[in-house]
Amino acid sequence: MGRQLLLEHIAEPGIETFAVYRKKGGYASVEKALKTMTPDQVTEEVKISGLRGRGGAGFPAGMKWSFLDRKSEKPRYLVCNADESEPGTFKDRYLMEKIPHLLIEGMITGSYALGAKTSYIYIRGEYMYIVGILEKAIDEAYANGFLGKNILGTDYSLDLYVHPGAGAYICGEETALLESLEGKRGNPRLKPPFPAVSGLYASPTVVNNVETIAAVVPIVNNGGAEYAKIGIGKSTGTKLISASGHIKKPGVYEIELGVSVEEFIYSDQYCGGMLTNRPLKAVVAGGSSVPILPADLILKTAKGQQRLMTYESLSDGGFVSGSMLGSGGFIVMDDTTCIVRNLWSFARFYHHESCGQCSPCREGTGWMEKVLHRIEHGHGHMGDIDLLVDVAKKIEGNTICPLGDAAAWPVASAIRHFREEFEFHVKYPEKVKNPKHFAIEPFLSEKKLELVN
Amino acid sequence: MIEFSTEAMALAQRIIKRYPEGKHKSALLPILHLAQSEFGGWLSPETMDYVASILNIKPIEVYEVASFYSMYNLKPVGKCLLEVCRTGPCLLRGADDVVAYIGNKLNIKPGETSADGMFTLKTVECLGACGYAPMLQCGADFYENLTEEKLDILIEKLGAQPERSTYLKSFSLNV
Repeated sequence: MGRQLLLEHIAEPGIETFAVYRKKGGYASVEKALKTMTPDQVTEEVKISGLRGRGGAGFPAGMKWSFLDRKSEKPRYLVCNADESEPGTFKDRYLMEKIPHLLIEGMITGSYALGAKTSYIYIRGEYMYIVGILEKAIDEAYANGFLGKNILGTDYSLDLYVHPGAGAYICGEETALLESLEGKRGNPRLKPPFPAVSGLYASPTVVNNVETIAAVVPIVNNGGAEYAKIGIGKSTGTKLISASGHIKKPGVYEIELGVSVEEFIYSDQYCGGMLTNRPLKAVVAGGSSVPILPADLILKTAKGQQRLMTYESLSDGGFVSGSMLGSGGFIVMDDTTCIVRNLWSFARFYHHESCGQCSPCREGTGWMEKVLHRIEHGHGHMGDIDLLVDVAKKIEGNTICPLGDAAAWPVASAIRHFREEFEFHVKYPEKVKNPKHFAIEPFLSEKKLELVN
Repeated sequence: MIEFSTEAMALAQRIIKRYPEGKHKSALLPILHLAQSEFGGWLSPETMDYVASILNIKPIEVYEVASFYSMYNLKPVGKCLLEVCRTGPCLLRGADDVVAYIGNKLNIKPGETSADGMFTLKTVECLGACGYAPMLQCGADFYENLTEEKLDILIEKLGAQPERSTYLKSFSLNV
């Protein structure tokens, strides 16, 4: 196992309480930042660390912080995006549930750096049981002088609140999140202006993912340069990966960026290999929105190099033969998986979650779901396959927010890499009319492939 | 005319205070959760109008929000709302089987409520439990790594609960 910066003490009994967390060195970053550093110095350390947004976009966090309009007279806000809803991703939930004080500590240190006097944690409504866990941790932080007026006797004061959403994937998009936090429908805003200039209540705002904010703690404690030593190139530090699907040990793993994909899937330290020792068929490496890759391309790049768990290596080959690290939602599929059925479920998801604001996304996601439904249920036509590609192309890049792209990429990549499976569904409808998803027989055996060709 | 209990009203007031002056509309989502918990597990037009009156906003501002978010029920639901995740990672591990098993056992289809008014079955999109699939949520609780045996025990346990499972117990907004 590599270095554990976030989950090091996760197995410690009572780590969810202030007392144990503090004994393990918790809240040191708040003391260090407030007593020995200026807010700009904290921001500088985050810049040096090379930390990139852990919610999926991978935008450099320090740069995002530096965009915050510090000249404005208005109050500034730090908002934590805990609206984790990307299918395949459950790392933030794990972190908040097991070690809530890490997020609270990161929020305090981060708010100090940004000059925020009030901060919010926007958590998805379905995680309601975690609201209680976070609020208890916040209560403890107040009681011990780490929140409220004059923290640790300095002149810095901060109030921190948890705000539950109510079931909308789109609220993970930062401007939709801010709309939702203002008590409105989660419709993403046109940008610019960006939240750094006009965010929550039209005030300068930074929105960061849970894991990004948690990573500020080790960065401040050990220095940005120390953090940047971990990883490869522009992929610095550690990353939480949510592993699910057909593997022996699903769960959340903290990896040093740069571990090979092969090691991650097959090593006993991580996923422990395939669930029933069947062959690997495909992987969705960064949450449902990123392109799916077949086994050969996920383990090695098109150039034959070993594929690594880094932003750069996973996207090597662009969308032709690569994917993305995304949110780190790592979904593994064995050879029993029906790609069409899986894609249909994702298309249904995006149709359900489209906010309806932009026509290409509202209409396009619905059409993709319908067409995939009919292919999956044995009523498809050969022309449907190109129709899907066409609809996906017409959504991509034509919407206010990236949900449209996120809906289009999985469709385009699944057809690119598994076209024969779609054709099989159209040619042999009687074989797919009543599909069993987790079948014992491989869904598309080599024999059936011969039939197709 | 409906009204919050004294305890729920105090909680609502505390929630409103978390947002800057004049920005009380921000409290709408949490207070709708509270109202849904307090008034029978769903949001009737009367309930939504009541929430509008508390926040001093127009009823349409509540309706448009309530109809946007999937956690707000705009129709009555059974005492136990069984929300089964059906998205990709859960599908890989048998979410369809869970829906079918519950449906057969309770003789209901997704979206329906059992004849005794006890259970409503609903399929939902990703709940963030992909590594512990298949799963379902009831109230604030997650039930994970489901098997037919576990479902039998769970349904029996939930069916014996006299009270509606609500979010309120974990929704302990103390600050």
